[in-house]
Amino acid sequence: MTPFASWGFFLWLPVPLVPALVVGLLGRGDKFRRWLVTLSSLFMLYIVLRPSVGALAQAVGFVVYSWILVRVYLVCRKGTGKKLRAYSLILFASLLPLALVKLNPYLKLDIWHSTIGFLGISYLTFRIVGTIIDIRDGLIEKVDFLDFVAFVLFFPTLASGPIDRFRRFKADLYKPLPAGEYLRYLSNGMHHIMRGFLYKYILAYLINKYWLAPLNHVFGVWPTLSYMYAYGFYLFFDFAGYSAFAVGVGQIMGIDVPENFKRPFLAENIKDFWGRWHISLSFWFRDYIYMRFVLKSVKEKRFKQKTTASYLGYLLNFGLMGMWHGLHLQYILYGLYHACLMSGYEFVKHRFKLNSPHKGLLWRSVSIIITFNLVMFGFLIFSGRLCSN
Amino acid sequence: MREIIIKILCEICDTDQIEKDPDIEIFREGLLDSFGTVEFLVAIQAQLGIEVAPSEVERDAWATPNKIIAYLEDRGRA
Repeated sequence: MTPFASWGFFLWLPVPLVPALVVGLLGRGDKFRRWLVTLSSLFMLYIVLRPSVGALAQAVGFVVYSWILVRVYLVCRKGTGKKLRAYSLILFASLLPLALVKLNPYLKLDIWHSTIGFLGISYLTFRIVGTIIDIRDGLIEKVDFLDFVAFVLFFPTLASGPIDRFRRFKADLYKPLPAGEYLRYLSNGMHHIMRGFLYKYILAYLINKYWLAPLNHVFGVWPTLSYMYAYGFYLFFDFAGYSAFAVGVGQIMGIDVPENFKRPFLAENIKDFWGRWHISLSFWFRDYIYMRFVLKSVKEKRFKQKTTASYLGYLLNFGLMGMWHGLHLQYILYGLYHACLMSGYEFVKHRFKLNSPHKGLLWRSVSIIITFNLVMFGFLIFSGRLCSN
Repeated sequence: MREIIIKILCEICDTDQIEKDPDIEIFREGLLDSFGTVEFLVAIQAQLGIEVAPSEVERDAWATPNKIIAYLEDRGRA
C-alpha cells in the first residue's frame, strides 16, 4: 500500500490522527507527542508494508542496522574526533543498502523471496546520512533511540519525503504547543490536505487521463512537445499533491514538516527553481554535497579559479542526484543537464553582473518564461521518452 | 568582530549595501548564494577562528548580517 496513493491508507489515518488531535487540543503535545509519533509511525509502517513480510522485515532490520551505525559513530566521534577513516567507513556502511537496491537490476538479490528494498528506503537513507554527517560536524552529540525511530520512520514522510533534518525534527518532537497554537497547525494541516486532494486526485488525474496518457504512443515533434508540458505539469501536481498531504498530516501530528514546493514554475532563474522544486531534496544535496565539496576545495586550494570548484560541485551535486533516481541513461542525462544549466547561469551572472534583484516587469516575465521552458525540457529528458526512441 | 564580519560580507557580496543596512535580507535579495556562503565560512574560519559547518545554520536563522553577527558572537563566546 502506498501512502496517500491508495484509499486504504486514508482509511487507516484516523488511528494516528485522532489521538494526536485529542492531545493537541488539550495542549499536551510536549508530553506525549514523542510517543504518539513513534508508535503511530511503527503502526503505519506495519499497515503500509504488511502485504510483504520480506519488506517489513527489511525495513525493521534497516532501521536497527542504521541505529547501530549511528551509535557506533557517536562513540568513535567522542573518542577519536573527526578521523576520516571511521567516518568514511560508517558513511559507506550507511549507503550500502541503498546502493545494493539501486544496483539490484544487475545483482538480482532477494531476501525471503522478496526483492531487496522497501518503500521509502532512499528517503530514509537521506535522513540517516544527514544525521551521520551532522555528528561528524559536532552538531549532534546525542541520539535517543525513540527520537531516531520517530525521525527516520515518521509516517507522513515515509514514502517520498519531505526530507527533514534530525535537529529540526527533534526540536519539534518536544516543543510545547498550547491549544490555540495547535489549532493553527490543525487548520494549516487541513488546508494542505485539501490541496493534496485537488492537486493529486483532480488536477494530476485529469492531466494524465486527457493530456498525457493519449500521447504515450504518438510520436513526432509536436506530440513530443505537447508531451513535454503534459509530463512536467503531471509530475508537479502529482508530487506537490503528495507533499501537501505529507505536510498536512505532519502538521496534525504537531510536526512542522518542511515544504517541498513553492510555485516552481514562477522561478526567475534555474537557481531560483531549485529553491522551489523538491526543496527538501535539493537543499539536502546543496548542504551535504555541493557546499561541502566547494568548502573543501576552496580551503585546500585545489583549483586556481574558485569558480572551477563551483562548476565541479554542480556536476557532482546534480550527477549524484540524477543517479539517485536510478542508474538509467535518462536520469544521468537529467543530472548533467541541470549541472550545465546551473554552471551556465553562474557563469553568465558573474560575467555580466546580473546581481541586482530589482528588475523590471518585462525582464522578470521573460526570465520566468525562459526558465520554465528550460525546466520543462529537463523533465522531457527525465521522462525517458527521448532515450527510448 | 562586528566590523570584520561586515567587511567580509561586503567583499563577498561585492556591495556596500551591507554596511548601510545590516538588516538587509542577504539571501532573499540574491546578494549571497551557496557559493558566497562557502566563501564566508572559509573567511570566518581564517579570520575569526570560528568553524561553522555548511548544514549548521538554516538560512532563516542567518537571513540578515545582524542575525549572522549575533549568531557568531554567541558561538565565539561558547
